Amino acid sequence: MTNLGLPDPEQLAARILRGERAAVASGLNLLDNRLPAARGRAVRLLACLSGERWLSAGHLIGVTGPPGAGKSSLVSAMIREWRLAGTTVGVLAVDPSSRPELGGGALLGDRIRIKTPAQDDGLFIRSLANRNQLGGVAGEVWPMSWLMLACFDIVVIETVGVGQTEIDIAEIGDTVCYVAQPASGDTIQYLKSGIIEIPDIFAVNKADLGAAARKTANEIGRSAPRQDRREGWDYPVCLLSATMQTGIKEFHAHFDRHRRFLVAAGLLARQRSQHQSAWVLRLLKEEFGTFGLELLGGRAAIEKRLGEYRSSQFEEYERMREHILSRLLSVNQPTLSP
Amino acid sequence: MVAPRKNRDQPWLMRTYSGHSSARASNALYRTNLAKGQTGLSVAFDLPTQTGYDADSPLARGEVGKVGVPISHIEDMDQLFDQIPLDQMNTSMTINATAAWLLSLYIGLAQRRGIDPKKLSGTTQNDIIKEYLSRGTYIYPPGPSMRLIADTINYTIRHVPKWNPTNVCSYHLQEAGATPVQELAYALCTAMAVLDRVKASGEIGPDEFPLVVERISFFVNAGIRFIEECCKLRAFGEMWDELTLSRYQVEDPKLRRFRYGVQVNSLGLTEAQPENNVQRIVLEMLAVALSKRARARAIQLPAWNEAMGLPRPWDQQWALRMQQVMAFETDLLEYEDILDGSPVIAAKVSELIAGARREIDNVEAQGGIIAAIESGYIKRELVGSHMSRLRAIESGELKIIGVNCFQETAESPLTMGSDGAIMKSDPAAERQQIERLQEHRRQRNDADVRAALQGLSDTAKSGDNIMPSSIRCALAGVTTGEWGDSLRAVFGEFRPPTGVDIAIDSREVLGRKDQVTELRERVGRTGNALGRPLKILVGKPGLDGHSNGAEQVAVKARDVGFEVVYDGIRLTPQQIAQAAQEEGVHVVGLSILSGSHMELVGSVLQELRARDLAGLPVVAGGIIPPADAERLMALGVRAIYTPKDFSLNAIMGDIVDVVRESNGLERLGLLS
Repeated sequence: MTNLGLPDPEQLAARILRGERAAVASGLNLLDNRLPAARGRAVRLLACLSGERWLSAGHLIGVTGPPGAGKSSLVSAMIREWRLAGTTVGVLAVDPSSRPELGGGALLGDRIRIKTPAQDDGLFIRSLANRNQLGGVAGEVWPMSWLMLACFDIVVIETVGVGQTEIDIAEIGDTVCYVAQPASGDTIQYLKSGIIEIPDIFAVNKADLGAAARKTANEIGRSAPRQDRREGWDYPVCLLSATMQTGIKEFHAHFDRHRRFLVAAGLLARQRSQHQSAWVLRLLKEEFGTFGLELLGGRAAIEKRLGEYRSSQFEEYERMREHILSRLLSVNQPTLSP
Repeated sequence: MVAPRKNRDQPWLMRTYSGHSSARASNALYRTNLAKGQTGLSVAFDLPTQTGYDADSPLARGEVGKVGVPISHIEDMDQLFDQIPLDQMNTSMTINATAAWLLSLYIGLAQRRGIDPKKLSGTTQNDIIKEYLSRGTYIYPPGPSMRLIADTINYTIRHVPKWNPTNVCSYHLQEAGATPVQELAYALCTAMAVLDRVKASGEIGPDEFPLVVERISFFVNAGIRFIEECCKLRAFGEMWDELTLSRYQVEDPKLRRFRYGVQVNSLGLTEAQPENNVQRIVLEMLAVALSKRARARAIQLPAWNEAMGLPRPWDQQWALRMQQVMAFETDLLEYEDILDGSPVIAAKVSELIAGARREIDNVEAQGGIIAAIESGYIKRELVGSHMSRLRAIESGELKIIGVNCFQETAESPLTMGSDGAIMKSDPAAERQQIERLQEHRRQRNDADVRAALQGLSDTAKSGDNIMPSSIRCALAGVTTGEWGDSLRAVFGEFRPPTGVDIAIDSREVLGRKDQVTELRERVGRTGNALGRPLKILVGKPGLDGHSNGAEQVAVKARDVGFEVVYDGIRLTPQQIAQAAQEEGVHVVGLSILSGSHMELVGSVLQELRARDLAGLPVVAGGIIPPADAERLMALGVRAIYTPKDFSLNAIMGDIVDVVRESNGLERLGLLS
């Protein structure tokens, strides 16, 4: 028998709300745990943490972009600004896993780049592997980001942009930032792919490269305003250099401005609620396929049910999951003799 | 018996890389070594000195006087060279990020003793570029680091003309896994980057520039494949001659000579049957002594027991005697070049040159060595080469006597002594150095110190040569930490790429394929039993920057299915414990090669307990003598891996079992 030592969710929630680091760490471990006993406790933990606050407080920020664009050093520079202002920050840094037939391992190297020199109790970094899940962001990221939202002012989710990831991250973050690599084909691909609809803020890092960086910024600038998604938002394109520390302050200011825009437009709470529903659907579909969704009466019915639980849909997700499981098991139940 | 010929060649400079505990203890060792026939000094500095920290800095804890001598200020330097005439000695200093500072202390001391700096001769290693790749004692980003190298060159050319201001190192590239072709290519690219930087500084006119080229020397490694190594050195000579003529228009062939010193390979020395290291060292020395045209100017040999711990004076004496036998007893120095005209040698040299040229072109196409380091390219190449070597050892394709074949051995009388056949550094050294430093701070003139530091900071900002203001700091009694911090404030600090982001190798070279498959199954099964994939933190506490071991463990752990948090080098025990907590890992692996394992591992365990993580298993790897291993296990460390544990698969299997055991699962035992 293993000494799993699963924590008591109610006590843990109280400690997390007090901002105890050990509790945050053990809460994240619990949300990551797939044993049935742990799943039940994870749902209880999230239930204890939930509330209307979840629709109005904090700021969930997604940062994505191709490998080598300098996301981590940019996140590092942003963290410095937030910490100087006394704002607490939680970071979920997602790196790709190797393919399952190659062991599925992962090197999580962001921590070394994000690290601030001094010991800092207002900063908490958890690295995660994407575990080969379809969209490039592991399913665990969603509940984990909400746990962090319960105890940090800002939650940053950093992922490597490899096509689909941007869509995933759009369903987590209030504000999504795309970091472009100057003078690389990635940006052009990116512009062509149509995913440009998603980010709210664009950063062209490595401005010290000069002309190449300006060219990329111009290309993005020309494409970005074409969209009509959120009227009243200007989709800024920032030219900056994380290593040379230029353009950071202006860039940084856009995040707070975007959050104020969401609140003023009444979008923050609505978006967060929609994002949760999208994740529930995605996770159910990933686990049980379209067939599973049909067992619950189809996509529209699920969305309607979830709509009744605006601030926390985790419990409802778990109920739906158990419902599907019991239906599947009853279908496959072997006949008992005699 | 035939008497030796009279007109023998002069032997090379004979040195032993040494220094420990304190300036006084090291001075006594140097004077003994000189009395035994050593002809030059090679100073090993401790890690706080190498990375610009004072002995009382929190990062220095446990590291003071461990891998070398602590030098915090000019009085330490004075004590280190007590009764050693600076104008007659040839002193080599293995110092890089703080080279400009240690050279300033040396020049300052000469001035104080009334010696003209023009009479000083010796070498500062001062190759900061390779620090990013393997040795790890960098401080500042590449730009300012290149400037410090250029400043020392520009200064010494005028004021200390017999000094070798920089020693371009291929030594550490080989220790990091480089093949001979990579060694040739990256060392020559580094030399070009340095010369280009000096040229661009505009401090040296075109007519003086050949003198700069002449002062560039190299520090090379020699491994056990001694014929290939000998050819590598001939290739170095030919390529340098051609490069300095074509790229820098040096007309005088004398100024184009490839001058180099050597420390033979430490990577291949074994902890198992350590007496075999003696013949390895001698054969490796042959590579750099055999060919007159490509013979080393200075040689320092490691001691036979280097893979076990710090050598004792007797071990170092044995290493010196190997050189003396080669130089004075054999007839080696009586002949012209014995390899000239050999078609086999010529063909091998051409092959190496062709390979190195291709790789140089490749690096140049990426914008030169600095750009290729910043992009992570070179580190990835080195980690890849090193991984291939380890896989060849694991598979038995590369034979290491006593390690992966012929393991049977009688008990060695050499290792039976009560001291474990290694040197114990003085445990009181750190406290004494701190007291001495604090006393020094009380004695000096604060106004002078402040003015000198202000001058240093101004120069750093203005871009003028850093040396005059550094020498002024030395004379005013500024400390190593103050010098380092002043420049940190202006230049910033650097974190280079780790190189562990190399692609997973899916071919059947991952050690033994069946073992890897079995390991992946074990890692996966254990993760399922615990509810989430196994996660490991690989950390290097302390100032030791030799990250190869940690990197190989990180890459291997990823290959067998672990989620790996690799947190890089130079971490405090608090940072490691905090990372273990935030990341929710199942096990922590620590790598320590500096000999500070007792203090550092102890502190990490303490920090984990303070965070309620007493149950989190910790394993440690490094050069850890058996007696210390026992003490560490008693402190709560779950497993110790030393150089004799060459099989990474076996280590991984054991780590999985450590995780299983601490979670109440049964051990799975040895891999099939």
